[in-house]
Amino acid sequence: MAGAGTKVRSAARVVPWERVRRAGSKLTTPLHPDDYLRLVNPLWSQRELRGRIEQVVPETDDAATLVIRPGWGWRFDHRPGQYVGIGIPVDGTFQWRSYSISSAPKRSGRTIAITVRAMPEGLLSTHLVKGLEPGTIVRLAAPEGDFVLPDPPPAKMLFLVGGSGVTPVMAMLRTMERRGQLRGADGEEGVDVVMHYSSPTPERMIFADELQRLADEHAGLTLHRLHTDTDGMLDLGHDEGGIDSFCPDWRERQTYACGPGPMLDSITEFFSSHDLEDQLHLERFTLQLGGEGGEGGTITFRNSGKTIDADGATTVLEAGESAGVGMPYGCRMGICHTCTLTLVEGRVRDLRNGDEFDQHNEQVQTCVTAAVGDCTFDI
Amino acid sequence: MAISDVREYMHLTEEQVEELGRELDQIREEVEASRGADDAAYINRLIRIQRGLAAAARVTLMVTPHSRKTRVPGAVLGASLLGLAKILENMEIGHNVMHGQWDWMNDPEIHSSNWEWDTAQPAEQWKHSHNYVHHQFTNVLGYDNDIGYGILRMAREQRWNPANLGQPVYNALLATLFQWGVALHDLDVEKIRKLEKDPAEMKRQLKQIVRKGRNQILKDYVVYPALSGPQWRTTLKANATANLTRNLWSYVIIFCGHFPDGAMHFTEEEIEDETRAEWYLRQILGAANFEGGELLHILSGNLGYQIEHHLFPDLPSNRYGQISVRVRELCAKYDIPYTIGPLHQQYGQALRTIIKLSVPNSWTSDDKPPQPPAKPDAPEAPPVDKGRKSDAERPPRRSELGAWSRGKQAS
Repeated sequence: MAGAGTKVRSAARVVPWERVRRAGSKLTTPLHPDDYLRLVNPLWSQRELRGRIEQVVPETDDAATLVIRPGWGWRFDHRPGQYVGIGIPVDGTFQWRSYSISSAPKRSGRTIAITVRAMPEGLLSTHLVKGLEPGTIVRLAAPEGDFVLPDPPPAKMLFLVGGSGVTPVMAMLRTMERRGQLRGADGEEGVDVVMHYSSPTPERMIFADELQRLADEHAGLTLHRLHTDTDGMLDLGHDEGGIDSFCPDWRERQTYACGPGPMLDSITEFFSSHDLEDQLHLERFTLQLGGEGGEGGTITFRNSGKTIDADGATTVLEAGESAGVGMPYGCRMGICHTCTLTLVEGRVRDLRNGDEFDQHNEQVQTCVTAAVGDCTFDI
Repeated sequence: MAISDVREYMHLTEEQVEELGRELDQIREEVEASRGADDAAYINRLIRIQRGLAAAARVTLMVTPHSRKTRVPGAVLGASLLGLAKILENMEIGHNVMHGQWDWMNDPEIHSSNWEWDTAQPAEQWKHSHNYVHHQFTNVLGYDNDIGYGILRMAREQRWNPANLGQPVYNALLATLFQWGVALHDLDVEKIRKLEKDPAEMKRQLKQIVRKGRNQILKDYVVYPALSGPQWRTTLKANATANLTRNLWSYVIIFCGHFPDGAMHFTEEEIEDETRAEWYLRQILGAANFEGGELLHILSGNLGYQIEHHLFPDLPSNRYGQISVRVRELCAKYDIPYTIGPLHQQYGQALRTIIKLSVPNSWTSDDKPPQPPAKPDAPEAPPVDKGRKSDAERPPRRSELGAWSRGKQAS
């Protein structure tokens, strides 16, 4: 992420911080002033966005909300529903995951909140929920995502939520509440929301109390809960318990769905069978693998716009060369790192030791790696 | 003449060479697997110390010159701290980060792709001339420009020229102005002399060098002296001293890497169709270590473990010490020379070579270890197809590389 420092700029500031920084860099060249200042206070750097964990609030047994105070360069202008990348070193290596921001955006804000559920196999999520002490410095990536609340919001909305998929929806609800957009009492103006929230058990339901309070205070929010351990999964087409039972006017609503992959698959299928896909907005938070069996795939070279199908034994470098991309290379044996490129998306395997790299914007050596599924490079 | 056939010299069969390669691969795998939080803490701590030293030096030089009492001790202290900071940055941090030794941490702030070091040479050019040319073609005559940096005659195989008589002087100049010598290194003086250099590329490189060099000069010789006000001369002198100290130190360390008598040179033919195991072997034979304590090794960027660095240029430098124990065992097992000596001896040998080779070969004796007699009845080995593309089958090697040149390529 070279040049992250210039990514975030604010023209509206009173003090021309950018000019101060530039002047300061005459003293610190070839480094940035931030490279020194962050040794005084870890948040005083905008080369890489950073944040300090201020609070870890347990939500359920296996989920916690992390309240993070971002450092320099953070703009507090995320849109409700977006997610952020959070990077923490595990065994010396930065590992990145994305989590939806659950707090409402606030320009004057000092902190953001993300809510994380520890997954049985998720090393990082477990570490985030159980292992993070307040005061820990984490890396942040700027907010991203198209699963956002439009401004102004649609008059009638339906939220279909499963498990920790509640977090982006929570940010939307909190935003509407803070802006007074949610209908307060019957007969008043305001947005009408029906929310269907599936969770394995009542205990594992994140934000249960806050949602209850919101529903109590706002006639515009109708809450339906489903405990899937005892009552089974949501089946939209079912006569009883289906979508017509809890939201008969669903065809007139904009629907926002967030949850586990299979749930979203069945929702997509249901909406497309009714030809209403335009009204459905989805957020997937599970990784989707592109290729069958995970060996080889289509490599896209983003800047040159070239693509090529490569098998699992062809290095990215060789594939790029046969696609006619001006690949940088040196030793062709993993020594000199001249060939290092940014892997924008996807997964590659190091042919020397089988290590896999799939972090967003990770730097990889193309001469010794091969595609595992579809991947995109920044060249 | 350069040694005609590396493997024959070593009395190793092809299988033994491959076995050696596998054992070295094994070491690499083990070190890679054991990299962890302690290693990350090491480089982070070192960076913290280095930046602390630099900041302390700059503040000392800004404050102390204003009092008659503290001026001289302050200047001495400031220059020492600054010299130390520059040495640490260039050797143990910059050089090693740019090798990709810390890329595994996935931290963009400590990554080979965007580290810029505190010296005149732009990082992109260094990564080409050093990481690629020098590490791939280590000590190969006509390829590795580090053999004498295009100025000095360092191998008896290089033809003598009357201009070589000035070598002791060129050497002193190179040592004093080392950062500028390095800055011009990737321009490839040899190529320019032969008029083979692409003018457009040269212009681009020069522009980059001027931009970086200008910032370096401004910082040390204009901005910081100006901040010392009327005492600007003291600060300027101290900064110049710090740069000179760093130049002399890095020059000595680098000349100890490949010019002591035990380090061999190779010919173009020897690297044709070279396997990875043979490349390993060439790295052991072409490099020389020096002995010292932990502090000396850190101050020299762990280049006292030059052999280990050349075998595994992208493994973290703090591990070279422990790797060296195993490499020495392997060298003993396969009866391969492992060149090592105290720092003064290694540099002394390099200096002797510089002086001896300033005159024609016939005037001096060769200090290289003697070659074993060639086996007269050894049959000409048939060329073995090792399943690798030859250079002719590949697209031409790019002469300039890295992010700064990629803009041009992206079309």
